[in-house]
Amino acid sequence: MTPNLYLWLIPVLPLVGAAINGLLGKRFSRQTVSAIALGFCGVAFVMALRIAARFSSLTLPHVEKLASWIRAGDFQVDFAFYLDPLSLVMLLVVTGVGFLIHIYSVGYMWEEGGFYRFFSYLNLFMFFMLTLVLASNYLLMFIGWEGVGLASYLLIGFWFTKDSAASAGKKAFIVNRIGDFGFLIALFLMIKHFGSLNFEQVFRIVSGMPTEIAGAGLLTAIGLLLMVGAAGKSAQLPLYVWLPDAMEGPTPVSALIHAATMVTAGVYMVVRSHVVFDRAPQALMVVAIVGTLTALFAATIGVCQTDIKKVLAYSTISQLGYMFMACGVAAYSAGIFHLMTHAFFKGLLFLAAGSVIHAVGGEQDMRRMGGLRHHIPWTFWTMTAATFAIAGFPPFAGFFSKDAILWKAFSSEYGSWVYWAIGVFTAFLTSFYMFRLWFLTFFGEYRGEATASEDVHLASGSRIAASVPHGHGHGGIHESPTIMLVPLVILALLSIFGGWVGGERFDKFLAPALHAGVTAYSPEQQAAATPTPEQREHGTSEGLLASVSVIAGISGFLLAWLLYLRRPQLPQEIASALGGFYEAVVHKYYVDEIYAAVFVKPLIDGSTRILWHGIDRDVIDATLDNSAEGAREVSDAMRHMQSGNLRSYAGWIAAGAAVVIAYMIWIGTR
Amino acid sequence: MVPLSFYLVLSGILFACGVTGFLIKRNIITVFMSIELMLNGVNLSFVAFAAQWHALSGQVFVFFVMVVAAAESAVGLAIIIAVYRTRETLNVDRVNLLKL
Repeated sequence: MTPNLYLWLIPVLPLVGAAINGLLGKRFSRQTVSAIALGFCGVAFVMALRIAARFSSLTLPHVEKLASWIRAGDFQVDFAFYLDPLSLVMLLVVTGVGFLIHIYSVGYMWEEGGFYRFFSYLNLFMFFMLTLVLASNYLLMFIGWEGVGLASYLLIGFWFTKDSAASAGKKAFIVNRIGDFGFLIALFLMIKHFGSLNFEQVFRIVSGMPTEIAGAGLLTAIGLLLMVGAAGKSAQLPLYVWLPDAMEGPTPVSALIHAATMVTAGVYMVVRSHVVFDRAPQALMVVAIVGTLTALFAATIGVCQTDIKKVLAYSTISQLGYMFMACGVAAYSAGIFHLMTHAFFKGLLFLAAGSVIHAVGGEQDMRRMGGLRHHIPWTFWTMTAATFAIAGFPPFAGFFSKDAILWKAFSSEYGSWVYWAIGVFTAFLTSFYMFRLWFLTFFGEYRGEATASEDVHLASGSRIAASVPHGHGHGGIHESPTIMLVPLVILALLSIFGGWVGGERFDKFLAPALHAGVTAYSPEQQAAATPTPEQREHGTSEGLLASVSVIAGISGFLLAWLLYLRRPQLPQEIASALGGFYEAVVHKYYVDEIYAAVFVKPLIDGSTRILWHGIDRDVIDATLDNSAEGAREVSDAMRHMQSGNLRSYAGWIAAGAAVVIAYMIWIGTR
Repeated sequence: MVPLSFYLVLSGILFACGVTGFLIKRNIITVFMSIELMLNGVNLSFVAFAAQWHALSGQVFVFFVMVVAAAESAVGLAIIIAVYRTRETLNVDRVNLLKL
């Protein structure tokens, strides 16, 4: 008898919070709104912790069915929740980091209009995200998948009176739809060929299928389509373009949705579907290549960004690329490990960046910051921890997870030294742009206006909170309130110590989810899962590779130090020396422009000319308009028969009667 | 015994007189009387057929028509008086306010 954990309560609690705040919040005070939002989110977190505490006593996977949803013949989909080590990790990350960011948001959003709306959306996001990670079938997962997209859209466009925010929200939603299209087709294929969407059933059927070594088959198709969905949600090439624009949203949103949780949903989905990918090496290879290229591509763009949040956005894309690289070499646990540490340090980076933006009164351009470390020491030290973590310095969290990925990329049977080399180079770039951010923001002289007053932010066109009255701490740079610092400190501790779990222990913990029920594993793969003496010998080479990546991180640090602290005029010279290439990078390789020219513009033109003018206006509208016009003209002619003259009416009646009688006589005499 | 056709011809003549009067006269009272003429023309054909076929329903119908005609003249005359009071004319061609 398995205990009832009331798993369904975990997603539903934030939904209740969202409903209360969304429907009634307008009349509540800010205190009440934050108490409701934090309360429901916090209880979900506590429930997740309780589940974690008794996790070892459960039989896995633990499935709880709430209600049945769709029944059509043999096909059945339930509202059921699925708990295994993988969903437990996601559950803890989402509720934990989510709760911390809720706390932070209370401080960050205190002065903003629409306070209740913000927290309602945030709780709604938690509901959908928890549905996504706890779902026990692909369809319920898809609900969560779409729902987080909706919450993301609402929150990116939170300041909907700004055109840029509104269109960024639309862009995110539309680009995500392209990915969702792939995901949906994959689901249809599963329904058609497996007759089920339940994880357990699908995986049991897939486990019995042979690996598609020669030629692509059904599993490869499903894997690739799932990857399309994951690429949309997790901002991978070529669908990454929405994420940088998503920075239009409030900073806590960027931290929660566009760094820590939602964008990692794609990684989660790929790992969850690992049974499919294990049997489709070509799909796996595509995942690895896409991940590796995205990591490199986004990192190079990140090097030249000047907006503090944009740097972090490209960094997020790049780190997601690492996770996909890990998945692509079948090192799923390394991917999830990085997902977890990334949630800590990237969430922290965004929150700290928000604190910096808050401190300098809405400025986001790093060129107008500098020397802030004395003014905002708490933010500085926490951000330092996160920066060292993402740059992969031991013993910070990022080192362990990134190292696990790079080692697997090199040593896995699906791996290759090419992945590893690009990964190390990307690690160097990551370290470089992160320390560039760090030096530009916190070191040197303050380059902003002397006093960050209200009209200055308006004049400088700052994008956060520009038109919002800044209630406290006017005049000068100020540290954020305690309620914002507490989450920073907690996340900083997690960023420092979170990686000490170690990749291998993490791998062992996840093993039941990643290797369970896999009977068709080939002996070689079995061997790969359990360390053999031969592999232990690799320990030395693993150490060697790790030191190479640490060296890459340190050289990134040194280069950033040289360019942005020691010789600040040098970047200009390098930029002018590189000329066209530098221009291309600054303009993000013109990808947005290319997409606009290749997809958006033809689509708009085609819609305008053919669908709107051609079909809608000239065919559909014209048909209706002309028939209406015809009816009017005929009526206009007929109108004159109704003269109002009594005798003419009588004449018509007499004439009609005469015709009827004549007809009847004709009938009678025929 | 007068043949049936005589009655029917007389009935047709009466009806035609009624129609003609209805169509060409402008005075509402005359129009009204033309309607009575048409009704009575029809009545004559009813009784003629009833006598020919020894069927009582034709006779009953005549009474029915008379009752309706009486009611109609009561209402109709009231309308005519109302029209005369408001319009001060009995010319049908000038009672045309409902015209589009």
